[in-house]
Amino acid sequence: MSAGLLRHLLDGLLVTLQLTIFGGALGLVFAVVAGLARLSRSRPVRALAFVYTEGFRGLPALVVLFWFVFALPRLGFQMLPLFAGVLALALNIGAYGAEVVRGAIRAVPNSQLEAATALNFTRWQRMRLVVFPQALVAMVPPFGNLLIELLKATALVSIVYIPDLTFQGQLVRAATGNTAMTFFGLLLGYAVIALAFTGFMRWVERRAATSVGRQPEPGLVTRMIRRREVAA
Amino acid sequence: MNFDWRAAWDSVPRLLDGMLVALQATVLGYLIALVLGLVFALLRRSQQPWVRMPVAVVVEFIRSTPLLVQLFFLFFVLPTIGIEFSPLATGAIGLGVHYATYTSEVYRAGIDGVPPGQWEAATALNLSRRRTWTAVILPQAVPRVVPALANYVIAMFKDTPQLTAITVLEGLSVARSLGAETFRYLEPFTLVGIMYLTMALVMAWLARIVERRFGRVRAV
Repeated sequence: MSAGLLRHLLDGLLVTLQLTIFGGALGLVFAVVAGLARLSRSRPVRALAFVYTEGFRGLPALVVLFWFVFALPRLGFQMLPLFAGVLALALNIGAYGAEVVRGAIRAVPNSQLEAATALNFTRWQRMRLVVFPQALVAMVPPFGNLLIELLKATALVSIVYIPDLTFQGQLVRAATGNTAMTFFGLLLGYAVIALAFTGFMRWVERRAATSVGRQPEPGLVTRMIRRREVAA
Repeated sequence: MNFDWRAAWDSVPRLLDGMLVALQATVLGYLIALVLGLVFALLRRSQQPWVRMPVAVVVEFIRSTPLLVQLFFLFFVLPTIGIEFSPLATGAIGLGVHYATYTSEVYRAGIDGVPPGQWEAATALNLSRRRTWTAVILPQAVPRVVPALANYVIAMFKDTPQLTAITVLEGLSVARSLGAETFRYLEPFTLVGIMYLTMALVMAWLARIVERRFGRVRAV
């Protein structure tokens, strides 16, 4: 493979990483806002968040992406392709994330709420200082799974001609004619990126657990090094 | 440009044909995922490390890479080694193999959920390994994971638009060709979105009924 083709792949890798990171960041915002809104006291706010989560969990991300890229310009709105990609992916992953946020907040023991109330905390203080930090720890592992789903979903943008890793891979395939190796290489590339993201999320998970004074789950390496526990 | 109701109405029959293809791919793919997922789950519990470990690596690999690239791989590489499938069959296989890695986790959770006493009882009765699985463990493990399995039908259905990349004429492909023929993109893409959303919501509703029927046991 020539240096020029390698250059294409690196460009594609950069686009894929951008889509994952920006899509993840924006999706996180959507998830927290919608997740909190679903627990709101106001009925219209709850309803709006419900429509968002159910709607975007029911719509295929690729259909949303096509709609943004091909249908929306007909209504007079044109987005930069990369932004359309980030937005479509973020809306999709945010809807799943909102369910995670909602579940994690509701899983915080009631006694914590009562304790905060007994300390005369306001509703906002109770959420910010007591409930949310504990819920955050529970959110991290499912968010890690969603991040990998997001990374996998970024490949969809290649269908609307955004030059991500998959798109550039197809150019390389066309140039070299080596189909099997190119696609296997692509798959391997994605697996390595996924492994890196998983490692990062494990680190976040451990940080989050220790931040609220909990013992983190032992990692793979620790488990392998540690002496095998005596079987009961 | 405004929404042209007339053009939208005229494109409905062709879009519905496309949705039917999407359903076919889902059903076929899901059958593959159900069977292959169980095979993966059983192989990952094998007593032989040289069976267990490679299967684990392959499952993790498939699960952490994009379905789209896997579809391309099947679509372009299988014919070069002399295996010819229709695009729809290739798509169903791609979906099935990809989701088998998810269903295998569900089965695993179900199998782990069978109390150890059941294994011991099977040993005490001197049942063979095969009989332990077929008569004791699986009949208890599978029903409790039916709701979790049902949820993957919906997930798989929502991945069928990706089959457009390998020339399967499902809903999104039909919308794309309608757009290319009439230069109207707003109507077909909006309609196909509504169709996917409606069908996914109906499936979610059915899955909830299944969940209630089988009781609420959560798989990890």
